[in-house]
Amino acid sequence: MTIKLNGRSVKLPTGVNTVKDLLDHYNLENRIVIVELNKQITEKNQYTSLFLSDGDMVEMIHFVGGG
Amino acid sequence: MLKIANQTFNSRLLLGTGKYPSFEIQKEAVRVSEAEILTFAVRRMNIFEESQPNFLEQLDLTNYKLLPNTAGAKTAEEAVRIAKLAKASGLCDMIKVEVIGCNKSLLPDPVETLKASEILLEEGFIVLPYTSDDVVLAKRLEDLGVHAIMPGASPIGSGKGILNPLNLKFIIEQSSVPVIIDAGIGSPKDAAYAMELGADAVLLNTAVSDSKDPVKMALAMKMAIEAGRLGFEAGRIKEKEYGEASSPMQGMVSS
Repeated sequence: MTIKLNGRSVKLPTGVNTVKDLLDHYNLENRIVIVELNKQITEKNQYTSLFLSDGDMVEMIHFVGGG
Repeated sequence: MLKIANQTFNSRLLLGTGKYPSFEIQKEAVRVSEAEILTFAVRRMNIFEESQPNFLEQLDLTNYKLLPNTAGAKTAEEAVRIAKLAKASGLCDMIKVEVIGCNKSLLPDPVETLKASEILLEEGFIVLPYTSDDVVLAKRLEDLGVHAIMPGASPIGSGKGILNPLNLKFIIEQSSVPVIIDAGIGSPKDAAYAMELGADAVLLNTAVSDSKDPVKMALAMKMAIEAGRLGFEAGRIKEKEYGEASSPMQGMVSS
């Protein structure tokens, strides 16, 4: 399936089905990251139960330096 | 002690985390500043490039309170979205509302700032709006129930220092919530001046991160803020038009 991830069109390999899989795929499982799925903020305890679909819009957000 | 909502802090310096020359310098600057509240911005992760070290992830978060900002927002709606994303991290409940209304001066949009603050208060955030030095706007924000007012000294990153001390003084005098002078501080003198005006705290970033020696400047700012606060509490003398001798006029040694 193809999703839009942080504004970029990305074809996901088979086996990446949930938000949790997606985080693992990018080695982000231990990082401070906030995931927005189709403009809805997701909770950490939903990661394994939130399945991705073709055309989904996913944003992965974190904190950077700022004033 | 600085008290914001139900939280107290020993330090009256809030430090921004942007634009340091290196993480090592930044870590040391943060350490010597003794700041307890650090600001951050909320952005997309750079997931398509090799993982870069992230300053926040290197901090012992038991020692710091995070104050994410809504920088990048131009409308109340965008600011609310960014604030909610920040809160979803589970790491913070405070938000610096920053809605820029002018790309050149980076001055805040008062209407959108007010709107965003109102929505975020309803959502249960601890709301600290970055605002202009408008006295009436500060009052309106306070009436909404914001937890601190953060008027700018001068445009963000300009280092022009305090341009309108009278307005800042009016805001400080009328406010029953903490007033944190945010943006435009250029040197320790400016930070001390802000505190002497009676500000509860100072938020700065560029003045430290962009200085020749950020670690030394972080220490200088810490000391200036402490000195300014002590001076405010001690109460400065009245100015006089002419000189007044400090030494007694009696018992002069004469020939």
